[in-house]
Amino acid sequence: MKVIQISIFLENRAGRLAEVTKTLASANINIRALSLADTSDFGILRLIVDDTEKAFKVLRENGFTVGKTEVIAVEVPDRPGGLAAIMDILAKENINVEYMYAFVQQSGKGAVILFRINELDRAIDVLTKNGVAVLPGEKVYKL
Amino acid sequence: MIYNDEYETMPREALEAIQLRRLQQTVERVYNTVPFYRKKFDEAGVRPEDIKSLDDLKRLPFTTKQDLRDNYPFGLFAVPMSQIVRIHASSGTTGKPTVVGYTRRDIKTWSELMARALAAAGVSQNDIIHNAYGYGLFTGGLGVHYGAETLGASVIPVSGGNTKRQITIMKDFRPTVLTCTPSYSLHLWEVAQEMGVDFKRDLAIRVGIFGAEPWSERMRQEIEDKLGIDAIDIYGLSEVLGPGVAVECIEAKDGLHIFEDHFIPEIIDPETGEVLPYGETGELVLTTITKEGIPLIRYRTRDISALYKEPCKCGRTMVRMARVTGRTDDMLIVRGVNVFPSQIESVLMQHEEVAPHYVIIVDRQKALDVLEVQVEVTERLFSDEVRKLQELERRIEKDIKETLGISCKVKLVEPKTIERSMGKAKRVIDKRQI
Ligand SMILES: [Zn+2]
Repeated sequence: MKVIQISIFLENRAGRLAEVTKTLASANINIRALSLADTSDFGILRLIVDDTEKAFKVLRENGFTVGKTEVIAVEVPDRPGGLAAIMDILAKENINVEYMYAFVQQSGKGAVILFRINELDRAIDVLTKNGVAVLPGEKVYKL
Repeated sequence: MIYNDEYETMPREALEAIQLRRLQQTVERVYNTVPFYRKKFDEAGVRPEDIKSLDDLKRLPFTTKQDLRDNYPFGLFAVPMSQIVRIHASSGTTGKPTVVGYTRRDIKTWSELMARALAAAGVSQNDIIHNAYGYGLFTGGLGVHYGAETLGASVIPVSGGNTKRQITIMKDFRPTVLTCTPSYSLHLWEVAQEMGVDFKRDLAIRVGIFGAEPWSERMRQEIEDKLGIDAIDIYGLSEVLGPGVAVECIEAKDGLHIFEDHFIPEIIDPETGEVLPYGETGELVLTTITKEGIPLIRYRTRDISALYKEPCKCGRTMVRMARVTGRTDDMLIVRGVNVFPSQIESVLMQHEEVAPHYVIIVDRQKALDVLEVQVEVTERLFSDEVRKLQELERRIEKDIKETLGISCKVKLVEPKTIERSMGKAKRVIDKRQI
């Protein structure tokens, strides 16, 4: 049920982000979801792509500092309070969310949100028991 | 094992008496035979008979590498050329090389000190030494070679280069001791791996004696783990003798014993020239007290170290110097504090999340010096959480503050973005307009 996310360490230099997207584009890799967390000095770019292994390889070959992290993708019902309900389930179980970001999805019923949680297995268990749809990796990469 | 029990374990008082007598003889001799020293002593207003105690040493002027260059090639020799039996020279990366000459007795002394050094590393006549220090003008190769023969060990004069052949020789001749620079030992390991040769399984090396470049405890760990050997630090410089000025004992591996019956060490503040007490870090200054060919009075080594007087468990009574971590050449003064890039490097080496590639930027903002250390993260990202990376920055800042006594800002940068140079990397950018 886990999704592999690619993380890239970037200095805050002009054009550095463009170099990442260019590298991926020339390798024919599609970015499915993306989030950038930054400070005044550096940033971490987090990506979900359609071919994780290939992306990891080409980025490293091009001199980027790359890591892999496991996250979960959760389908959030498209109605007011949809996300709040999920956060509530996690909070009740004392599960801490490190960060989260949304998926770029063209159409469909609901939004897909990516969660980075330290206790990943417990979170999957709790969410599934509460009827929340946790999407498997293979499905997410092809969304 | 102790090669020369009488001298190496001599009570301090007796040792210091010998040092004083030998110092007085040396000062007397250079004053009368080397015009350079006579002029310098006269200018400083000090005469040989003023040296009444070891403490009087500090009245004598320093000798620098520049003095050797100014008297290139043989101007500081204290004996006629007919008594010189060997000449060595240091590579002149900046300016002229420095040239040194040895009399027959100097070679004998050097051989004994190298034999002592090998013995301190646990080497005996039953060992076979793979000597991969370069043979030639550089003192490393021949220095170890003569010491090995004096000790009675078998020496393979393989010298530097042709690494694959070296591995084959190590496999076939089964040497038990490796002597080379610490970085070359890791290179040997890598090439061996590529050839399918495992140091631990296929070779007989059990101890390595490494010197001629600064290294760290972390590097020692790496060498010992990879090669499966004891890694011993040796110190020396061609101007003073060559390898064999000081060595670690295998019992403690904690500081290098200086062979004080032949050298008097001091630690000074490189800015003021003031002699610092035991335990304080500064520039190592050495005076040779038995050398005939080219005696050196208070020679400024430019190497950063400290001296320790505490007794050692090996039984040697000779003082220990801290592992040399860098050179004074690139010393910085920030907010009145002496900062050596090597000190910062040793802090960075303790954090495995960063690579030992860094640049130090000093700037002055509103009349206050500010220090920024940019360091490359390792090639593989170990955390994707901004908070954890910021914590790492704070942790390194704290360690630097504890080591150097001044605060700085640490900034993580991407790998391979800090300029590399094959020689001494340009580690410091000083933007201050003073
Ligand atoms: Zn010792």
